[in-house]
Amino acid sequence: MFEQYLPIFVLLGVAFVLALAFMALSRFLGPYRPNTVKLKPYESGMDPVGQAKDRYSIAFYLVAMEFIVFDLEVVFLYPWAVRFLDMGTGTFVAMTVFIVILFIGLIYTLKKGTLDWDMKNFKYEALKK
Amino acid sequence: MNYLLDLQSFLPGIIVAVAGLAAIMLEAFKKSANTSFSVTIGGIAVALLFAIQSLYGEAGTAFSGMIVYGGVGAFGSVVVLLGALFCVTISREYLRDLDLHNGEVYGMILFSTTGMLGLAVSNDLITLFISLETMSICLYVLAGLMKNEKIGAESALKYFLLGAFSTGFLLYGIALIYGATAATNLTEIAAAAQPTFLFLCGTGLLFVGLFFKVAAVPFHMWTPDVYQGTPTTITAFMATAAKSATFVAFVLVLTRMLPSSEIGDWQSVLQVVAILTMIVGNLIALAQDNVKRMLAYSSIAHAGYLMVGLAAGNEAGYAGVLYYLFAYTIMNAGAFGVIAYYERNHGLDFTEIDSYAGLGFKVPVMGVMLSVFLFSLAGIPPMVGFIGKYYVFAAAVQAGLIPLAIIGVLASAASVYYYLRVMVYLYFKEAHKEYSLKTPGFLFKWTLILLAVLTVYYGVEPVLPTSSLMELISSYYTV
Repeated sequence: MFEQYLPIFVLLGVAFVLALAFMALSRFLGPYRPNTVKLKPYESGMDPVGQAKDRYSIAFYLVAMEFIVFDLEVVFLYPWAVRFLDMGTGTFVAMTVFIVILFIGLIYTLKKGTLDWDMKNFKYEALKK
Repeated sequence: MNYLLDLQSFLPGIIVAVAGLAAIMLEAFKKSANTSFSVTIGGIAVALLFAIQSLYGEAGTAFSGMIVYGGVGAFGSVVVLLGALFCVTISREYLRDLDLHNGEVYGMILFSTTGMLGLAVSNDLITLFISLETMSICLYVLAGLMKNEKIGAESALKYFLLGAFSTGFLLYGIALIYGATAATNLTEIAAAAQPTFLFLCGTGLLFVGLFFKVAAVPFHMWTPDVYQGTPTTITAFMATAAKSATFVAFVLVLTRMLPSSEIGDWQSVLQVVAILTMIVGNLIALAQDNVKRMLAYSSIAHAGYLMVGLAAGNEAGYAGVLYYLFAYTIMNAGAFGVIAYYERNHGLDFTEIDSYAGLGFKVPVMGVMLSVFLFSLAGIPPMVGFIGKYYVFAAAVQAGLIPLAIIGVLASAASVYYYLRVMVYLYFKEAHKEYSLKTPGFLFKWTLILLAVLTVYYGVEPVLPTSSLMELISSYYTV
């Protein structure tokens, strides 16, 4: 069964050899005049400030989490929306149940104040104890 | 309409899921954990009634063969719901004392139970995977409930990382099996399977994933830390309901996907794992000074006994495993319940065995019940634990696995030491200092008394459930 993958392996080999060949060619034929700026790793934008391990407000995570949830909902909704006239009522009911559950989740998070960015309204219940 | 019939065959799971949604919404809007608690109890009880009803109905498959209903799946659902019910009833008082009593806990328990119910009826590797994840993700959250304690954070993180890792194995196994047979349905896999290298690798990886979830020995390292860092009543939930669901899924995989030994000699794999699990679990439990850790290793050892029934691979073995799961759920929920009772008076340090000195006389009913549950776990005759062990080992002898049965009985004899050690501390040691114990609440106390009564009752009257169990198993084979 591995024979059918042979062209891919050939392609990989050719790409590898070709890349090596071009690197060698530019090394031997091209001029080489290094300086500090040229040898730095390439980075676009501003210079990095601090580390990625800084502390963020927990609100960012909650928003990111909800974004993922509704992003994935769209992933399911698009293919269904394209085909749902052919698929009958069963899929309509199934998708409705799915959306209702997500909607309940949204109401729950809103009610719990996870999207509440106003610091004055935060309840420090956990800290009081 | 076919669609409605499909839904009806998974009614217990749907009821539990809806109750879970209701529990978190009630918490959000009414801020009353007690209402969530009532909804939870009600939801599980109704689901339990439907599950018991389907136990006596016919068996078959639904959702285009994705799930089974009736037979083994129904029995598994009943055991899971019983475990969930008992753990929820003892949870309220305990969680109140820990200041962890809120509606989301019940929501998580119910969502996890939904996953377990799916796991217990899965007839397709995709259903199995989704249900296992639904169950596990909620359990990761529950494991981290004591988030202000270091031990709770360790428990949740360890469980999550190792669980995610083992899920990778499981999923890769499913992918390889699909590659080898072009099917995810268990019966279709059985029809298409050839003992090729790809198929054997896939099944092996699938087994690794399941071994992890039931804490069989080379994959057991997470168990003691997770069980110790989780609130005790939730530990009971993990040790009974989650383990039962995974074992039922294991039975389904073995009977439906690997019905003949021509597609790999999986019974020998199970034998080796069973021997390792029994020996290592029991030996390490001997050295534990913390009662919760001791029960964690004891739950590993019990997974080993259950594995003996799976390794036997005959009807008696599978019936024995199912009966053992029922027995284990009753007695283990009870044992964790009494430990939770002692613990909630004086905090987590109170699970060290030294602090049990002289406790047996304090609240006599609790001491007696802990003894009953521990005797049952040890497999002393008039309790249900003995009957369970008897069926499992008898099935192994029937299948000609006499060395396996002998090792099992010896390991189980060694286990008596560490169970009796707790009782020695309870009754024969002097208390270091005077403790005052709170009186247990009505629901808490009577749940435990009911569990103790069931433990003794099914030990004295074991014949009835087995014969109907046998019928269940055979009805299931004719599906």
